[in-house]
Amino acid sequence: MFSTTQLNERNQRTQGLFRLLFLMMTWLLILPVLIIVSTLIYKGGSIISADFLFTVPTDGMTAGGIFPALFGTVWLVGVALLASVPIGIAAAIYLSEYAPDNWLTRVINLAIINLAGVPSIVHALFGVGAFVIFFKFGTSILAASLTLAIMTLPVVIVASRESLQAVPHAFREACWNMGATRWQTIRRVVLPNAVSGILTGVILEVSRTTGETAPIMFTGAAFYLPFLPESVFDQTMALSLHLFVVSTQVPNVPEALPYGVALVLIAMVLIMNSISIAFRMYLRGKKKW
Amino acid sequence: MDKPFPAIQHPNANNRGADWYVDKLMQALVFIGGISAIIFIVGIFVFITKEGLGFITDRFDFMEFFTTEYWFPSDEDDPEFGILALIAGTASVTGLAMIVAIPFALGAAIYIGEFATGKKREYLKVLVELLAAIPSVVWGFIGLSIMNPLIIKTFDVPVGLNVLNAGVILGLMAAPIMASIAEDALKAVPDSYREAAEAMGATRWQVITRVVLPAARNGLLGAVLLGVGRGFGETMAVLMATGHSVNIPGSIFDSVRALTATIAAELGETAVGSEHYGALFTIGIFLFIITFLINLTADLIVKGIKKG
Repeated sequence: MFSTTQLNERNQRTQGLFRLLFLMMTWLLILPVLIIVSTLIYKGGSIISADFLFTVPTDGMTAGGIFPALFGTVWLVGVALLASVPIGIAAAIYLSEYAPDNWLTRVINLAIINLAGVPSIVHALFGVGAFVIFFKFGTSILAASLTLAIMTLPVVIVASRESLQAVPHAFREACWNMGATRWQTIRRVVLPNAVSGILTGVILEVSRTTGETAPIMFTGAAFYLPFLPESVFDQTMALSLHLFVVSTQVPNVPEALPYGVALVLIAMVLIMNSISIAFRMYLRGKKKW
Repeated sequence: MDKPFPAIQHPNANNRGADWYVDKLMQALVFIGGISAIIFIVGIFVFITKEGLGFITDRFDFMEFFTTEYWFPSDEDDPEFGILALIAGTASVTGLAMIVAIPFALGAAIYIGEFATGKKREYLKVLVELLAAIPSVVWGFIGLSIMNPLIIKTFDVPVGLNVLNAGVILGLMAAPIMASIAEDALKAVPDSYREAAEAMGATRWQVITRVVLPAARNGLLGAVLLGVGRGFGETMAVLMATGHSVNIPGSIFDSVRALTATIAAELGETAVGSEHYGALFTIGIFLFIITFLINLTADLIVKGIKKG
């Protein structure tokens, strides 16, 4: 009925050509990273062992393991989460459940975008000025973690707000009609339906916090400290900074060592991101509304 | 029916129970959480200004700071504070990064958003998201240990830590983020637009170039701007991959030094309250203002489409 005209054929060819071009561009974006990750595995894989993960660095960090750095990163991330998750969820609840459409809400949203966009080194300067000097925490886990918490706050806020807003409005109305207060509705109906989405945001934040280096350089992470921190007022080594140190600051490091550190760091980050993504897909499949 | 109905009184109307107080308390608490972002962003500006103020009032000279290229902040006799070369370093690396990132990011966004379907689309989206998660210190390490020898061998140059290295690294870092924001912008174009064009006999490609891209123009521009902001503020990767020498680059094989990297490399060596220390915070204020303006512009552009 419809005959293929010449024009049509040419259009089809153009389309096929561009489709191929964009497919290639997508893969050219992804491919270098696959190559990089496999290089890290190839060059650093051999050094990874239980010893490497659970012993202290020795010989001026040219031998031994990475345990204090691994342990320190867990500390830093843990304290940062304690500070940012409650604030982030509160902010998300306000924005999703209470905030009217006015100038204040617009300013809050702008502040969140900027908090995520301010360079990490400026966050570090803020951490030095505010936590290390003004609040007199000194260079400590507390100062570093609070700096990290403020920096990654937008990750929690945005993910939590999204999952709170995904709870249908009818759920809230049904609850209000039963005479429940606003908070009772949030506590018993909205949060339970959004908690898993919030959790994926928190996992993403853990991953972001693990990899950050600049904000902790001057606020609490030490280059070399071959023992474990005992309180939040101690300094600590951190895995991300350790990678910077062994790859730029220490002479005569065996080649495999920095590759091994990079591999552990990237594995932690990618595994946490994968968990978060898998969890999100599982939830999307399970959704009942 | 002479008398009106009596007003219905809620049993607890005059006698506020615990629930009422809990409700008000929680409302106040989440409000504090809500405005915390404003408090923090203002706090950042106040505290970096407080630390930089001594330098700004005593030593700062606008012309010297922004138009000379001599950065010798720790010279004992005659310290010089010119950041022109550092601005040139940041600008050259960010510029090259955008040349690398923009076509790939937009190409990937168009493929994932408009051509790919079903499972394939999901896989690609996940891969792009994972790329965006790689920490900047790992990128810096890649620049140092993989790109550096590669550049030396390929182009037969003495040093592989230069604008080219950092620009490519930064481009690879910024592209996934730009791609996912750009894809969101494409997704925001209503399907009815595409269906209307397809019903007229347009091919996919015609739909994309004539309908989808014009409609998503502002969102795509916002994505590019956010990528620029990202590049401008990136610290660890440019610290490790640029070669870190103060220099206005003449070619992409010259080593440079970025604004962010200068702070990261020098803050540890300065005494609190010294001129050098204040100068580094002043660079911080400059970075804060620039990224603030970039983010504000990007936000206004993206908001623009939602209204129009």
